Amino acid sequence: MTAPADEPPADVPVVIDIQGVSKWYGAFQVLNDCALSVRRGEVLVICGPSGSGKSTLLKTVNGLEAFQQGAVTVDGVRLDDPKVDLTRLRSRVGMVFQHFELFPHLTVMQNLTLAQVKVLGRSQAEAQARGLIYLERVGLIDHRDKRPAQLSGGQQQRVAIARALCMDPVVMLFDEPTSSLDPEMVAEVLDVMAGLAADGMTMICVTHEMGFARRVADRVVFMDEGRILDDAPAKAFFAEGGVRSPRADAFLNRLLRY
Amino acid sequence: MNPSVITDNLIYFLVGPWPQGPLGGAALTVILTVLSAALSGVLGLVFGVLLSVLRGPWLAVLRLGLGLFRAIPVLMLIFWIYFLAPIAFGLDVPGVGSVVAALSLIGGAYLAHTVHAGIEALPRGQWAAASALGLSRRQTLWLVVAPQVLPRMAPSVVNQWIALTKDTSLAYVIGVAELSFVATQVSNRVMVYPAEIYLFVAVLYFILCAGFELAAGRLARRYRSLPA
Repeated sequence: MTAPADEPPADVPVVIDIQGVSKWYGAFQVLNDCALSVRRGEVLVICGPSGSGKSTLLKTVNGLEAFQQGAVTVDGVRLDDPKVDLTRLRSRVGMVFQHFELFPHLTVMQNLTLAQVKVLGRSQAEAQARGLIYLERVGLIDHRDKRPAQLSGGQQQRVAIARALCMDPVVMLFDEPTSSLDPEMVAEVLDVMAGLAADGMTMICVTHEMGFARRVADRVVFMDEGRILDDAPAKAFFAEGGVRSPRADAFLNRLLRY
Repeated sequence: MNPSVITDNLIYFLVGPWPQGPLGGAALTVILTVLSAALSGVLGLVFGVLLSVLRGPWLAVLRLGLGLFRAIPVLMLIFWIYFLAPIAFGLDVPGVGSVVAALSLIGGAYLAHTVHAGIEALPRGQWAAASALGLSRRQTLWLVVAPQVLPRMAPSVVNQWIALTKDTSLAYVIGVAELSFVATQVSNRVMVYPAEIYLFVAVLYFILCAGFELAAGRLARRYRSLPA
């Protein structure tokens, strides 16, 4: 891996630092000595075949997946430090799930305010004001009093993004955010994500949307069998005859065949 | 059919010897039911949550304890509490207390598994989403899991409480004068009208259970529409 010219300058602080992380499910190794660091404002896309460990790696960043070896540092705080308040740390890492995971018993606005009030200790009024800002931003302000079940998949995912943004995260994690959407709804979610990226949000996205990766990502990470095989600037990764491992090459060919 | 055997003894069926003596009859059945339903609900909720969050040896102990209470016949537990508690622990438990304790423990053990199953049925992603937002386990349980799980459990809980209403009739074995006990008294006294008496008692039980079901259904609907 060479240091390319368009990589962010070294004085931009590292927000996420993953060092030598390994994880086993019994005898099966899901993560094999993974190392990755993400600087502020960077947009990283992790791709790879299913079962390659990309979602698992993503979830180590907010402590949703434990690991047996290595270290993860988020905004200068080591996850395995016994003094770390893990729930507190999680509130600063936004996460968007494949199946949205909105709380179905709450309205859209209540979904946005719950953790702001209960975790960050904001007042209802403050939390609602913040909620409105982000609902406006994802274009759903008219739906604030609806229940998630009354929204389309794409709308639900945009609410989920707004919910995460309300917590003022230092980084946003996206775990296959468009994989369970109908094709016509993929674009509205990717548009919101591209807008976030343009505003300088630090993002790690596990996704198969190679068009999005090519257009929005700064760096692309390719994983297979629990290992990081490629970590390259998006331009170089996608270029004809670009810097790619043979497996990434085969993966891209399979993905782009139809 | 002789309806006068019912009308003549109506007050006795409904409240027993009260106000001259202690409260009995249908009123006592209602009290036994409400108390045991409430207590078994609390026990079921606590033990059900514990079944979902405990790990290792504590979980095994809890499972064993709940298994025991589910395996013991209600009648036997009522006997044990009433006759053995004073001998074993020097605790003099009154009849009504014995019945309520027995029904609550057994009902609670059944409900614990209902609550546990309800919690487990919730997609794991809901827990993950709540954790990712920084909610603690306890907050997740009360703010995210319970409001989704409890209304869905309502039908099984109502089933359990209806079974409990009918089990209060077992209180007769230790002389607690609830509805079936006073019915038997009246029947033994008048001798020749068991059909009328037991038919009437059946209707009373039906009214109680139906009332319970309606009330629980209304409560579940209200809880579901409750704002957070």
